[in-house]
Amino acid sequence: MRHIISILLENEAGALSRVAGLFSARGYNIASLTVAPTEDPSLSRMTLVTSGSEDVVDQIRKQLNKLVDVVKLVDLTENKRIEREMLLIKVCAEGGERDEIKRLSDIFRGRIIDVTERAYTIELTGDGSKLDAFISVIHPRRILEVVRSGVIGIARGNASCVPDDRSSCLNSNDPSV
Amino acid sequence: MELTGAEIFVRCLRDEGVEYLFGYPGGAVLHIYDALYKQEEVKHILVRHEQGATHAADGYARSTGKPGVVLVTSGPGATNAVTGIATAYMDSIPLVVFTGQVMTHLIGDDAFQEVDAIGITRPCVKHNFMVKDVRDLAIIMRKAFHVATTGRPGPVVVDIPKDITAHKTDYVFPQDPSLRSYRPVTDGDPAAIRKAAELLLTAKRPMIYAGGGVILGNASSELTELVRWLGAPCTNTLMGLGAFAATDPLFVGMLGMHGTYEANMAMHECDVLLAVGARFDDRVTGDLDKFCPNARIIHIDIDPASIQKNVAVEIAVIGDARLVMRELLTALTASGRRLDAPALKAWWHTIDEWRGRHCLEYDRANTEVIKPQFVLETLYRLTKGDAFVTSDVGQHQMWAAQFYKFDRPRRWINSGGLGTMGFGLPAAIGVQLAHPQDTVACVTGEASIQMCIQELSTCKQYDLPIKIINLNNRYMGMVRQWQEFFYQSRYSHSYLEALPDFVKLAESYGHAGLRVDKPHDVEAALKEALGQRDRLVFLDFITDQTENVYPMIAAGAGHHEMHLATDRELA
Repeated sequence: MRHIISILLENEAGALSRVAGLFSARGYNIASLTVAPTEDPSLSRMTLVTSGSEDVVDQIRKQLNKLVDVVKLVDLTENKRIEREMLLIKVCAEGGERDEIKRLSDIFRGRIIDVTERAYTIELTGDGSKLDAFISVIHPRRILEVVRSGVIGIARGNASCVPDDRSSCLNSNDPSV
Repeated sequence: MELTGAEIFVRCLRDEGVEYLFGYPGGAVLHIYDALYKQEEVKHILVRHEQGATHAADGYARSTGKPGVVLVTSGPGATNAVTGIATAYMDSIPLVVFTGQVMTHLIGDDAFQEVDAIGITRPCVKHNFMVKDVRDLAIIMRKAFHVATTGRPGPVVVDIPKDITAHKTDYVFPQDPSLRSYRPVTDGDPAAIRKAAELLLTAKRPMIYAGGGVILGNASSELTELVRWLGAPCTNTLMGLGAFAATDPLFVGMLGMHGTYEANMAMHECDVLLAVGARFDDRVTGDLDKFCPNARIIHIDIDPASIQKNVAVEIAVIGDARLVMRELLTALTASGRRLDAPALKAWWHTIDEWRGRHCLEYDRANTEVIKPQFVLETLYRLTKGDAFVTSDVGQHQMWAAQFYKFDRPRRWINSGGLGTMGFGLPAAIGVQLAHPQDTVACVTGEASIQMCIQELSTCKQYDLPIKIINLNNRYMGMVRQWQEFFYQSRYSHSYLEALPDFVKLAESYGHAGLRVDKPHDVEAALKEALGQRDRLVFLDFITDQTENVYPMIAAGAGHHEMHLATDRELA
């Protein structure tokens, strides 16, 4: 089964390769992986999509937690979540096709962010299946380039994947927070 | 007062209580070696190859429980250390290995003696650090020792560019080494411990399977108390030998591929299995589909990733083996109940029948050729089971594990996980330094010993009276055994031609050497060697070339599918 794992890790050189190395050394799958600093510059957020039997994913979570650079880990798949991925797609748009592409983009709530006489570049966000659907309605010969960001995700509701010692307005009695 | 990075390095070692630093100098660590020259508190042991440094530090760590500390230079210094680091990693041994690195501004330029030590060691360390600022040096060193020695121990590498060791800053020994991202669990979950106690109390055929984690966690006395309270049979893994006394009647021997008949059969037939500090390694479990088919399993381990990794267990308790077993004993005694006595009696009756197979029998009466088992039995008798025994890897390792009965932890020093040939001699250096008054025997073979033979020179330099027990059968014995069983005796490259004269070799290094080729000379030779308290003696025993290690479970077979010496047919 597919799992989306959200990881907070020390924003240090080598932290990313520890995660990537773990996956290759132990033969785990990585479908996608995104990483960027958080509002706390000492921490990076990594969102990792993997797949495997429940036993394997259980091991993946444990092995990730064992890495000294991993501060916190949440398997978003266990609860309600929001998933997003961004697609940048460059398509041939000439003559009568230009209107059709524009209409398709609008239907998918995409935005045309760059235009030339012969091509549109479209930005589209959504979950993976929406992006897949959009790509599938464009004729393959019209597609000049596809760039996908990989999945990011966040839990629905009040739950959050933050360091255990971090206070917020939800777990503090201090009205000023 | 401002100190250089090199001076801070030495001060940190001193403040960590480091007694010995095993190392080899080179360009990138010369500032540090200069700082070492100017002090006497941290004793540096100069090895002859960086692999020897890591194994020596490892032997020191295994025999004392304290971290082993290594200093090597950049490039080949670091790569030579990798085998020793991986050895320690597989057996969860606390090491702190400092690798020199080229100057910060040269990193990435393919500078002379530059390697990416952090990248190369990443898969075989618990953690590694690179020091990028001299102001971080002290805290990184403190964290390195903290990470190496807590939780499930393991090696930690600290890579230090040369310029960092010349830069200056104020030195204060950091008090708090904690990392927000590293909080090992120590106390077991009380509910899980209660459930474990309940399950143990229902057992009719209980079995205790204890591994190296009991030794690493200094939990032998708790294990002993627990086993005795239960009245259950106890087996130790190769790494766990000495965790429970081998001469105790409740001990059924080592388990696994070359374990005893009774231990493996008891694993196969038990109804409740308590695993403590053991990781269900493939050499222990054999075919997982046939593993403990009748048992409900409890697993105590400090590493959550060990739980359910190879074998599904019913009750898992994550925590420090000592604390968890103490709580488990409290829960058991508080229950006011005991195990079903008649069932336990019947279980022991069955086990005694298995013991009656005498699975470790060999041709003792042979007066023509030395049986390797006979050498080890005699060594055991003469040292009264009280020596530190290091071993290399292969047949001699299995025979030592089978025939030297360890009653105490930290006496049996071997590379179990990685199976590193060449480990035994340098490991003995670390053990002998830590225990100068004790007998340290290195049980080895003519193939293994040659992998780190250069350390004989180190032994001479520091006057280490190690006793080398070389079981010389002119073959890589374990390879030969597998080729006999599984490759129709095609002994492909497992015969060692052109062996050195080990007696002369030992003598050329300044030691004593003795060749023994008749069984009736074995005892006298061992007595002679053990009597020489002040010098290394290399005993070269010319042993039976055809002897195999039994019992044996072929790879992929179950515990009940053992082959004994009496039935030589193997799958």
